[in-house]
Amino acid sequence: MSQEPVETTFTEPGADEDVMVEVRDLRTYYGGDSMFGGPPVKAVDGVSFDIKRGETLGLVGESGCGKTTLGRTLVQLESATGGEVLFDGTDVTELSGKQLKQWRRNSQIVFQDPDSSLNDRMTVGEIVREPLDVHDVGTPRERRQQVRELLDTVGLQREHYYRYPHQFSGGQRQRIGIARTLTLEPDFIVLDEPVSALDVSVQAEVINLLEDLQEEFGLTYLFIAHDLSVVRHICDRVAVMYLGNIMELGPTEELFADPANPYTHSLLSAIPEPDPTSDSDRITLYGTPPNPRHPPSGCPFSTRCPVRIRPDEFAHLDDELWTAINTLREVLRERERADRTTTDRIRELLGRESRFGTIDGIYEEVFGDVTVPPEVEEPLDEAADHVRAGDEASALEVLFEAFGAVCEAEAPDYYTVGDTDRESFCHRHGDEYRSPAEVLDERHG
Amino acid sequence: MAVEQTAERTGTREEPIVTVRNLQTAFFTDKEVIRAVDGVNFEIVPGETVGIVGESGSGKSVTARSIMGLVDSPGRILEGSSVRFHHTDTVREFADRFPGRTVDLAAVAEGRDPEALFAHDAVGATPSAFGYDDASEASVADFVAAGYGEALGIDPEDCVFITEGTVDDPLDGFVEITRLSGESQRAMRGGRIAMVFQDPLTSLNPVYTVGNQIEEALELHRDLSGREATREAIDLLEAVGIPDARRRVNEYPHQFSGGMRQRAVIAMALACDPEVLICDEPTTALDVTIQAQILELLADLQTDRDLGIMFITHDMGVIADVSDRVNVMYAGEVVESAAVEPLFAQPRHPYTRGLLESIPGRQEGGRLQTIEGTVPTPNEPATYCRFAPRCPERFEPCDEVHPVSVPVNDEDGDHTAACLLYPEDEPREAAVSSHEARDDSVREQGGERR
Repeated sequence: MSQEPVETTFTEPGADEDVMVEVRDLRTYYGGDSMFGGPPVKAVDGVSFDIKRGETLGLVGESGCGKTTLGRTLVQLESATGGEVLFDGTDVTELSGKQLKQWRRNSQIVFQDPDSSLNDRMTVGEIVREPLDVHDVGTPRERRQQVRELLDTVGLQREHYYRYPHQFSGGQRQRIGIARTLTLEPDFIVLDEPVSALDVSVQAEVINLLEDLQEEFGLTYLFIAHDLSVVRHICDRVAVMYLGNIMELGPTEELFADPANPYTHSLLSAIPEPDPTSDSDRITLYGTPPNPRHPPSGCPFSTRCPVRIRPDEFAHLDDELWTAINTLREVLRERERADRTTTDRIRELLGRESRFGTIDGIYEEVFGDVTVPPEVEEPLDEAADHVRAGDEASALEVLFEAFGAVCEAEAPDYYTVGDTDRESFCHRHGDEYRSPAEVLDERHG
Repeated sequence: MAVEQTAERTGTREEPIVTVRNLQTAFFTDKEVIRAVDGVNFEIVPGETVGIVGESGSGKSVTARSIMGLVDSPGRILEGSSVRFHHTDTVREFADRFPGRTVDLAAVAEGRDPEALFAHDAVGATPSAFGYDDASEASVADFVAAGYGEALGIDPEDCVFITEGTVDDPLDGFVEITRLSGESQRAMRGGRIAMVFQDPLTSLNPVYTVGNQIEEALELHRDLSGREATREAIDLLEAVGIPDARRRVNEYPHQFSGGMRQRAVIAMALACDPEVLICDEPTTALDVTIQAQILELLADLQTDRDLGIMFITHDMGVIADVSDRVNVMYAGEVVESAAVEPLFAQPRHPYTRGLLESIPGRQEGGRLQTIEGTVPTPNEPATYCRFAPRCPERFEPCDEVHPVSVPVNDEDGDHTAACLLYPEDEPREAAVSSHEARDDSVREQGGERR
């Protein structure tokens, strides 16, 4: 299944007439420009993809993976740090002033929480009419008429014009939010978790409404969600994000049925299925996603990956020991970043027991139940010496030298997988390695 | 294991540790009386997980808070509700600590005929209200637990009931949770029944270290303090899978990630080695990969400690994953109850069906099924089916007859649904009138339903 790495331009610009939005190496960073702020938070760290006219592209991932930032950058609610967002050939990251305002009519966003995205002091009519007022469309009478029609379109009643948002249920409020985005007749709508705050039966109504509207007005959606069953239902293609990067992108059914990237595998297996008889094997990922201010080197998923490439000389070690080594590295990484108070430092200097506990205690906790062969013990001892000297960075360096591999050394390339232009961001698709699925079977099967 | 297992469990595995009978919790506002929980029955069994599922506003959380004794004014648990805690060690301990509130049921029952009690002025119950077909099945204990102790000369403050042995040397019995107050309440809550809430950040105090908060629980319930408590707190954090617990114990909640916080909250809940753990949407605020970790942790803890878990969620996927038995709630009532597999394979109540059909991915393609309308506020006694206005299978009597739970599955006698369509093998009219007959009794018995 392994292929040659491909350039990250998914289709040649202009080659496919249907492409509406082209995103090229887009980066959005927060902070990092001040002298003392430390490194920036790399919320979106170089993503490229296309959105075709009339399709629904899903964007999934855990919280903090940058999916909302990416959505907001596409509609220019955040400004990009680098890269391009081409709408029908125009780079909108370069637009400003009048041009930007004009372009905004074309792309709108529906927010997740209908409670906080509607102004409780405005009537429903005012809320939905506001975009028309801002863009000075038609006469006041025409605007009111248009708003009433829109309320009808989204399944509310025309009489609701003079009511306030608090008089509506969650599902109805989300309909108000949807009506507001439709007022300017946009072509492209970012849906940022539009149904996450709703109960399942109400969620179904809103999803049906979104599908109807797409058909009626020929809309193009970017659908951001963490609920994968909703994504599977509504999306034509899905992009899976992790720590600011797209890990896998491809047609929905294929991606769900035969995930190529190890992260997609893990994410899909973590969803509890509404079927008690299903015996799907859950891959429980270790730990939490890393801090986007300090992303790991190499592949973003390398710290948690269940199929990380291991150095040849340690190929024979059992999984338990690998888990223990991982835990140790995770603990050291956290310690490296944890702030030490002055008291901690003094206690350490005096050789007193500090809240950080001794490295021996940690070794005991982590390696207590596993047998450690001598060739593994050597680097571990060396790392322990560094930690005793208060130098976690060097200890991590030692562990990386001993147990690291290509996953932590360099970022992977995008490989084409499957039969339908699916892209996956993983070293294991390279010819020299075994595929993720094969290794998953072996380590978790 | 961090905490020692309590000595011996009572009875066999199938004996429930908590039985909830006719639980009614209402909120009395100036405008109306909201019956948030309206006659709920279920059990919690050691080593098993009972799931409660429903949309927002269905009364799931109030049920949990009623069991925990966390219902605040203007809400209160109505007369006739009963939540019994069956655990011999607890009964012994409580009988010892609260001798003035302990009652020997054998002594009370002596010379009394339970059947005759149905005729007593202060009693508005019929046998079916206790779940019996015949008056002869009732025992004096049922009357006591249902709040008719007055007729038997029992003080309403009494909360420990001995069924075997004597007040000085109890062998078996139960604690009536709805009657606990003050010190007895605090000993039960946290000590015997612990709770994990949805949002770990609101369950943790931001200005104390995580260790402080666990140690506080240890000091209150197990009388540990100082170094001993710290050591125990570290053990607990390790038991819930927090690496580098020695350092973590001195950190503040904001230094923990979401999943780690929920682990810390679970460690707090386990601090007193409870018998029952109530989890109110414990993973709703977490990402799926973290949710998977927490669900796995809860399953491991349950096996290790033989915990009885009550698990509340609105996520059908999570329910299918964790539950042994499921109760579907709608507008304050349990509308369907079954073991998890038959519930998903053969849902009987139209609401359960609607709920399952509205989940994307359960059926192939096309439009999603929806349930029109929203969950009503149960602000009047149920004299009709509360789901009728939204029900696709509604027929006329649904507006006039309140359905009671009846068996709906021949293969599984414990599968019940509260719907006039059942029992299926009877003609509609006969089915409806049987519901009507049984329901009148429930309402009479409720007595206090104002």
